[in-house]
Amino acid sequence: MTDAAWETLSNQAVAVCGVVYFLALISHLVQWTALRKLPVGAEAQAPVAVGAGAPSVVEDTSAHEPDVERRTALFGRLGLLLTVIATAVHLVALVGRGMAADPNRVPWGNMYEFTLSGTFVVSLGYLLLNRRFGLAWMAPIVVGFVVVVLMVDVVWLYDPVAPLSEALYSPWLVIHVVSAVIATGAFTLGGICSVLYLVKERRPARTTGYLARVPEPAALDRISYRMHAFGFPVWTFAVLITGPIWAHQAWSAYWSWDPKEVWAFITWVVYAAYLHARATAGWKGRNAAMLALLGLATLWFNFIGINFFSTTSQHSYAAPAVVEVGQAGVETPASAGGELGQPLGR
Amino acid sequence: MSDPRETQYDKLPAGRRAGELTLRELLRFGWRQITSMRTALVLLLLLALAAVPGSIVPQEGVDALAASRWREDHPRLAPVYEWLGLFDVYGSVWFSAIYLLLMISLVGCIVPRTLVYWRAMRAQPPRAPRNLSRLPDATSYRTDESADEVLARARTVLGRRHRVRKADEGAADGAVSAERGYLREAGNLVFHLSVVVVLVGFAIGGLFGYRGGVILVTGDGFGNTLTSYDDFVPGSLFSPDQLDPFSFTVEDFEVDWLLSGRAAGQARGFSADVRYRETRDAEEERYDLRVNHPLTIGDTDIFLIGHGYAPVVTIRDGEGEIAYNGPTIFLPQDQSLFSFGVIKAPSAEPQEIGLEGVLYPTFGMTEDGDPVNLLGKAVDPLLSVLVHAGDLGMDEGASQSVYVLDKGDTEQVEDEDGKPLRLDMRPGDTVELPDGLGSVTFEGLEDWQRIQISQTPGKLIALGGVVMALVGLLGSLFIRPRRVWVRARQDGDGTLVEVAALDRSGGGDVAPVLEDLVAALRGDERGNQPPETKRDGTS
Repeated sequence: MTDAAWETLSNQAVAVCGVVYFLALISHLVQWTALRKLPVGAEAQAPVAVGAGAPSVVEDTSAHEPDVERRTALFGRLGLLLTVIATAVHLVALVGRGMAADPNRVPWGNMYEFTLSGTFVVSLGYLLLNRRFGLAWMAPIVVGFVVVVLMVDVVWLYDPVAPLSEALYSPWLVIHVVSAVIATGAFTLGGICSVLYLVKERRPARTTGYLARVPEPAALDRISYRMHAFGFPVWTFAVLITGPIWAHQAWSAYWSWDPKEVWAFITWVVYAAYLHARATAGWKGRNAAMLALLGLATLWFNFIGINFFSTTSQHSYAAPAVVEVGQAGVETPASAGGELGQPLGR
Repeated sequence: MSDPRETQYDKLPAGRRAGELTLRELLRFGWRQITSMRTALVLLLLLALAAVPGSIVPQEGVDALAASRWREDHPRLAPVYEWLGLFDVYGSVWFSAIYLLLMISLVGCIVPRTLVYWRAMRAQPPRAPRNLSRLPDATSYRTDESADEVLARARTVLGRRHRVRKADEGAADGAVSAERGYLREAGNLVFHLSVVVVLVGFAIGGLFGYRGGVILVTGDGFGNTLTSYDDFVPGSLFSPDQLDPFSFTVEDFEVDWLLSGRAAGQARGFSADVRYRETRDAEEERYDLRVNHPLTIGDTDIFLIGHGYAPVVTIRDGEGEIAYNGPTIFLPQDQSLFSFGVIKAPSAEPQEIGLEGVLYPTFGMTEDGDPVNLLGKAVDPLLSVLVHAGDLGMDEGASQSVYVLDKGDTEQVEDEDGKPLRLDMRPGDTVELPDGLGSVTFEGLEDWQRIQISQTPGKLIALGGVVMALVGLLGSLFIRPRRVWVRARQDGDGTLVEVAALDRSGGGDVAPVLEDLVAALRGDERGNQPPETKRDGTS
């Protein structure tokens, strides 16, 4: 296949997986709408069971609302199946993107590609952890999130396949970015749990509808903590180990207070405060969830916001193909010439 | 965490009002406050908040040009910002205050905790509680074996991965206590300690390191002395003896220009063929200096971070003498290396000559007849300059930028029509200047490279510190400390064995641990009644 063919394949795969995610979202919405009026009672386990595909539980409760139960189970399974398919197509889009470049590379060269990868990790993480933590209730939120972010990605962030700028040709691209993407995915899933925690905590007495079927606040809190406890060391690795090593090689300083570095540091500090608060001050629940969401806000601001608000960032790959080398040459000597012009001047 | 509100008002000596503290009490109160967990938390969040302005206001140390531009654009705000230290946030008093307080808080926290941990390490696991079945995770079973046999087996089984309490002499306890997961707290301490290590490494780099830059035209040599640098930013404790006595020459410079495809015009594969000597007498060695591949000589790293063109121009004055000859560095204005520069010939007679203008590496015309640069590669270079004659102000002793022409005492040279004279030259072209000023020859183009040279002592300390932090973090997050007790009591029907476990990290599920332990204790013994498990724990 030619590079152009790979690129077309990638673009088509993104469109297809977007549509399939959307169908999965609708399917999950139907599932949860069906349960809207049904009080949580004998079928309290139903959503989990649906997710895990255990029809036996459904049969127990079919006496109450056979229609609703069947529909719920059907659409729940359908939604999960569609999510699996969409995630697979999503992977095809990523691979196609990497193959379309010349030379072939990991598809993390610009914001479009990074967002494509980030959403993939969120979706894959949800699928992998679905069984272990019983995350079926999370389905509509995760799928909805992925659909929205993918849409933003395609509409505003799209960039055609282009060769990487020189500084990006490094094995650290793979290590640094993959760890950042994984941590971003884990923090995002943890953040979703925290949002639900806050919402659920405000209306604890609900017996019908979606909220009533979300796990107890304590369980949400625990899942959220686990996600963050996993994400934080990975983030540390990405931001404070691989980042500086690469920066030292490419930009000659391992830490230069580049805006993106600053915000990655801020995110790190906020999540450190979150873990610290949980470990020592015994913060659980509300305050911890707020901190986690603050961390998530800084994380996503750093990822997308800073590229638009700051033009000085050396991470601004949002700008059209920055050639690090050319750019560095423009600025530094000019300022140097103003202050220390003598050696060259006379 | 101690709650400061719990001051014991009732124990105050007579004659003092509530809340009144002696100096000693005040100091102790202050120390408690600063080392409290809540303060640490507040300081952490404050540190995050304090880092924000540095990403919004241009920083002197990161991008001096942007900072000076910002100052010019905001003449009213600039002095206020200056006073607040907003152009150098990460070196400002208030930012330093936050992280120094955080360090004090951290040390004040880890020292006592290390002592506690040291004692805990040497202490025996605590005795078994009187009533094991009251613990959230407990189970029991009956067996025909004697209590001693069961306990001996428990010791071997638990001894593999736990620290086991020595048998109490004389105590008719009949129980084994075991504990594991001591490394969690160790990980925690290591993590906190590593923050200090990283800061020390960072500080060493800031104090003793330096960063300097130089622009070299291909073929120029560089000897590592202070005067060779164009710009030089030393740390506050830097001494010139630290400069390694190396020298190098960029023999050749190559850029791989993409001429087709979507990224046409983009450059990649910058490569400088460098010959260097580590000391004056050392053998000459070669290195292929590229982006992402710095050259390391001793403690010094050498980076290729920029490139551009230097037109070679010869200026002859009115008397036919060569007033200037050589490559002049032009600064790129965009990625296509469309460049701006000035050429000065202060020794020209009868009048000093200054040229100011732009370089198109590949010149082209738009449909409207406007000049445009097509490519960064020098395919069809065109030098387009305006001519100024008069006093260039270079004799006054004040230093002057090589990139700026002082036009205060000069006049622009005009052509016959009275328009400013613009010289558009291709390599090899010579243009005679009017009024007998002389002539200008554009000989050709040379490449220049911007080389960054830096020493960052302490970088390995910082790296070691971060790796230590990661290891400590993993330990403190994922090691689960746990206590396990086994008690065996003989009665009329045989032996009642009680087993209980307690997770000390919170959130750990010890039920499977209990099952495994019971299975191991019972060994191959079969046929007993199943254990009556009691589990009312939520986890």
